[in-house]
Amino acid sequence: MTDTAWIDAALTSARPQAVGALLRYFRDLDTAEEAFQNACLRALKNWPQNGPPRDPAAWLIMVGRNVAIDDIRRNRKQQPLPEDEAISDLDDAEQALAERLDGSHYRDDILRLLFICCHPGLPATQQIALALRIVSGLTVKQIARAFLVSEAAMEQRITRAKARVADAGVAFETPGAVERSERLAAVAAMVYLIFNEGYSASGDTAEIRSPLCEEAIRLARLLLRLFPAEPEIMGLTALLLLQHARAAARFDAAGAVILLDDQDRSLWNQNMIAEGLALIDKAMRHRRSGPYQVQAAIAALHARAARPEDTDWTQIDLLYGALEVMQPSPVVTLNRAVAVSKVRGAEAALEMIEPLSSRLANYFHFFGVRGAFLMQLGRNEEARIAFDRAIALANTSAEAAHIRMHLDRLLRDNAPRGAKTSKK
Amino acid sequence: MLYAILCYHDEDTVGSWSQEQDAAVMKKLAVVQDKLTKQGRLGPVARLLPTTSAATLRKDDPPVVIDGPYAETKEQLLGFYVVDCNNLDEALDVARDLGAANPGGAYEIRPVGMLNPGSLKT
Repeated sequence: MTDTAWIDAALTSARPQAVGALLRYFRDLDTAEEAFQNACLRALKNWPQNGPPRDPAAWLIMVGRNVAIDDIRRNRKQQPLPEDEAISDLDDAEQALAERLDGSHYRDDILRLLFICCHPGLPATQQIALALRIVSGLTVKQIARAFLVSEAAMEQRITRAKARVADAGVAFETPGAVERSERLAAVAAMVYLIFNEGYSASGDTAEIRSPLCEEAIRLARLLLRLFPAEPEIMGLTALLLLQHARAAARFDAAGAVILLDDQDRSLWNQNMIAEGLALIDKAMRHRRSGPYQVQAAIAALHARAARPEDTDWTQIDLLYGALEVMQPSPVVTLNRAVAVSKVRGAEAALEMIEPLSSRLANYFHFFGVRGAFLMQLGRNEEARIAFDRAIALANTSAEAAHIRMHLDRLLRDNAPRGAKTSKK
Repeated sequence: MLYAILCYHDEDTVGSWSQEQDAAVMKKLAVVQDKLTKQGRLGPVARLLPTTSAATLRKDDPPVVIDGPYAETKEQLLGFYVVDCNNLDEALDVARDLGAANPGGAYEIRPVGMLNPGSLKT
């Protein structure tokens, strides 16, 4: 690494803790961010000469706080008639200055910082963009690139989202146990959204968007360090690792989707799998199951199978059954049906998904899966209709291309003798 | 004399390296390791998975399992084992057996991500 790379890495890793603490002192996101920025500028000047401080986050908090308080003082002198609010803010800050840097605050500081981004009034994509900007410290340019929008559009989106959360009035007192666990659940859901935003990319954009997956894993690990005994946070981290481990095998050179059964398993990242399996093992010992743990356990069964035919589909069927109880959703049932088709055959699986047809009438995967079941049963004409519908509903060109491949095979197998020549 | 060299670093910082940065560091370390291997001087080298994947067995009576790494500072690192196990429960069983033979203190149980057995003759 170059001389300044270690500073960048240290600033990135200190960021959530430092901005979270500064936010607690100043109770204003813009002030906290600006204070952190100023502290970083000083770090870039100071650290190469004096070496890294023992605790970079504490250094940045202290320096950021002092600079911001100086700024507030200077502004007060320039304005002969300060607003009452500005004065009381300053008092708060000075009182905080007297307080020793206390490690026990850090957990709630970071949680609060993440929780602010989960404002229920914000659409999911804005929550994610805000978290990536404020907590992860990605530049607007990096975020815009990952979301495939212009930098100006993303700038505007983040500015609006910030204004919205500024009015929300999140409590700054140390949260109680119930509030803390509610915040943790909301934040975990957002980390999962960040991951999905990267994971659901199509083949041609997967590389551009994979930083979202990596960032989500970093945030999940951060949450796990703050809450080391929460089995659902272990489950979430395991789930993300086990899914992301397959990244290199999920698309072919042309960007088309490669299904799990057809993936080159030697391309799966064994380090991520090992970490994911270790975490799910640890979570299960608590005997407090939850949706992330169950999904991670399903991903773990896929990861453990050296070949597709080694997959324990019976266990996967049972786990999806458990997930249906925890989180009833037609999409979960659809996934379970795939496991059922492997265990009890396509007939049983088809029967299972028929009741979902009205609720999933506009869902690409429903028709893709239905078509595949019908094809296995030799009901080719019905399969063709389902695949046609799937193509019409495809979200990405890679999805459409994948279904078209099925359809081509179907037409080829189904073609009456001599059809090819008569067409010409 | 055999010496153990124990590796300490800021996990946040190492964890925020990109895959390319990580691979570059590992490559540079491999050069040093290769030299020692050829001289027959290198014993086992392990890279441990992150502390978030750790559990700790406090060797109280009865022993208590705690999530996360060993965080106290009043005890010192005195040795380590590398044991092949199917899962964490098996590893904890081994640790309990060892703890019964030598009570007091704690065992931190950390999955090993990468192991180079080395070329040392014993």
